[in-house]
Amino acid sequence: MPFGNTHNKFKMNYSAEQEYPDLSQHNNHMAKVLTLELYSKLRDKETPSGFTLDDVIQTGVDNPGHPFIMTVGCVAGDEETYDVFKDLMDPVIEDRHGGYKPSDKHKTDLNAENLQGGDDLDPNYVLSSRVRTGRSIRGFCLPPHCSRGERRAIEQLSIEALDSLEGDLKGKYYALKNMTEEEQQQLIDDHFLFDKPVSPLLLASGMARDWPDARGIWHNDNKTFLVWVNEEDHLRVISMQKGGNMREVFTRFCTGLTKIEDLFKNRGHEFMWNEHLGYVLTCPSNLGTGLRAGVHVKLPNLSKHEKFGDILKRLRLQKRGTGGVDTAAVGGVFDISNADRLGFSEVELVQMVVDGVNLLVNMEKRLEGGEDIEDMMPEQK
Amino acid sequence: MASSFSRILSSRRNVGLLSLVGGSVAAGFLLRRERVTAGEPLRRRYPASADYPDLRKHNNCMASNLTPAIYAKLCDKTTPNGFTLDQAIQTGVDNPGHPFIKTVGMVAGDEESYEVFADLLDPVIKERHNGYDPRNMRHPTDLDASKIHSGVFDERYVLSSRVRTGRSIRGLSLPPACTRAERREVERVVVDALAGLKGDLAGRYYSLTQMTDKEQQQLIDDHFLFDKPVSPLLTCAGMARDWPDARGIWHNNEKTFLIWVNEEDHTRVISMEKGGNMKRVFERFCKGLKEVERLIQERGWEFMWNERLGYILTCPSNLGTGLRAGVHVKLPLLSKDPRFSKILDNLRLQKRGTGGVDTAAVGGVFDISNLDRLGQSEVQLVQTVVDGVNYLIECEKRLERGQDIKVPPPLKQFK
Repeated sequence: MPFGNTHNKFKMNYSAEQEYPDLSQHNNHMAKVLTLELYSKLRDKETPSGFTLDDVIQTGVDNPGHPFIMTVGCVAGDEETYDVFKDLMDPVIEDRHGGYKPSDKHKTDLNAENLQGGDDLDPNYVLSSRVRTGRSIRGFCLPPHCSRGERRAIEQLSIEALDSLEGDLKGKYYALKNMTEEEQQQLIDDHFLFDKPVSPLLLASGMARDWPDARGIWHNDNKTFLVWVNEEDHLRVISMQKGGNMREVFTRFCTGLTKIEDLFKNRGHEFMWNEHLGYVLTCPSNLGTGLRAGVHVKLPNLSKHEKFGDILKRLRLQKRGTGGVDTAAVGGVFDISNADRLGFSEVELVQMVVDGVNLLVNMEKRLEGGEDIEDMMPEQK
Repeated sequence: MASSFSRILSSRRNVGLLSLVGGSVAAGFLLRRERVTAGEPLRRRYPASADYPDLRKHNNCMASNLTPAIYAKLCDKTTPNGFTLDQAIQTGVDNPGHPFIKTVGMVAGDEESYEVFADLLDPVIKERHNGYDPRNMRHPTDLDASKIHSGVFDERYVLSSRVRTGRSIRGLSLPPACTRAERREVERVVVDALAGLKGDLAGRYYSLTQMTDKEQQQLIDDHFLFDKPVSPLLTCAGMARDWPDARGIWHNNEKTFLIWVNEEDHTRVISMEKGGNMKRVFERFCKGLKEVERLIQERGWEFMWNERLGYILTCPSNLGTGLRAGVHVKLPLLSKDPRFSKILDNLRLQKRGTGGVDTAAVGGVFDISNLDRLGQSEVQLVQTVVDGVNYLIECEKRLERGQDIKVPPPLKQFK
């Protein structure tokens, strides 16, 4: 449970007006959608595990946001949150995911064969390729709300499943609280280790409670397939390697995910998934595929072009610095990835990245040669 | 809701009446723990053993006193407002502590926390307050500033004097647990009362949400403005939720009496002045506190207080008087003497840097204040600081003259 008075019945002694948060300085999806009326309607509801409206919105109340960057401002504490509080979540989802309606259906496609090309992004420009997503284990509360016992159970199930992986997926689990200094340093050098969250967006939702209890990192011996346990979601699954062979990265991603899902099913557990929202995760921004497929790519000339932002928008791509979200690009190297998560399948999103990055690299080459790129401008996807 | 706002039997007014009537019998009755009805039991998905926190790397009072048996007994209990053991200890689980500095590691969410979770809080209080046992000891309250003697320091050494404490409004949850409506109610009650202060105490309230840039800058320049807490000790306890809603600062026109609203406690009350007139600082402190108390009582409210624990505040370390009386004092020679720490210890004083807790001393200037909070009255603690600082200044003067100094014998603790 996040903090504060989660005993919702006690709050009913006060009126909705008295409890309604002051969102006058706020710029996030939750604040755009929430009204006093909606708050009154939903405030006496609880999910079966006891997650309440105030629990959902606390992070958005505590973090007013930024004039330029629109954060989500709400989280789920369990699978049922998206149903019990749909009157809030549906408009937030619609706004965040480009008009995705409550009646829309989401396609899941983890068949890497359906990807076209993607094995030959120019390694002179594309330094590394990576695909990540998240998975939640049905029947357990999500990180903002889970108890220590629940979190430990999730860890235990995950370790058992991951330990059964074989071949090039065979690997080892490193619990955060048992790690030796040596192991820790190696994981940092490999760029695998995740830290206790410091972002107030995450802390305010209660995800960092009891750190580092039941948190850990699993990776295969080849260091190309990595799973984070109990960070922002139950599981974050990452496939990555140096160079531009996105196809190989995605193939391993799909194979690994499917195997892990089977292993969980054999033990009587499944992932949270439904036809409308796809894979269910803590943050509404990660619904659907939860997938971010990206590359680190050198675009020193293109990034200075006045139409760079527009080009990315048309390709449905987004840029980040090489440290990930909210970091700066160093040496003209950008992290370029899909902007969408919901309403497109995994294959469709990776295809957009592959095709988009190919175009960006060709544009970069043109600009290097002193020519312009007007005839290469893409249509809005 | 009425029951939460009504007076509970342990208020001081009733204590006074019963003592008159029943003498020692009444005293015995009052020492027995109030019977607080706990709220509905918490539904748990996992047994206590599965949820027991891993405290092997921890060094705080909560971790030293929590056991699986205590956890199992208390983990499904709630206070009438719904505060739970897990919430109370979360800050101590999230912050393992430091090998040298032992933090408390737990907070109260409301007045009833100290009863419902007494099996853990009593030993924590005993450890933190040097053996004060809430089960069989009484805390004296004394805000009669006329009793202070020798309370004006040599201003060649003492640069400023300050006394602070906290007060909680009975019937409303504390910062870790309060709802937005409750927090706004605290602000309303306090600001309403403060508007009634007159004379040298008359002043003005600055709400954090409505402050202008100019007002903000002035408050920073006056060293009055408090920021959103960044210390994980506080944020993990949930006190910073909904910031800056219903938070603010009140101060008198003379800038010598200051109240923080809804920071770590409902209110923090501060009296301060440049120079060494600690007696006057304490006089204003007592007068201001009594006035504020009278004003809220007129409106049907009172402070959280009982005979076992004195004034009830969020952190168990601030129970009793919640009082820290201190000076900024120049002790360049004494602070380099190897006996400095021992002298402070024996005088029941502590040193901090001039930026407050966890800062360094600059230019030989130290913040010297009382170590104790519970088990001695306000007058006793301020006198301790007065006597102690006078002694330190004497030592500094002797060292200046090339004379030797003596380590004083240790003061007794509970008088």
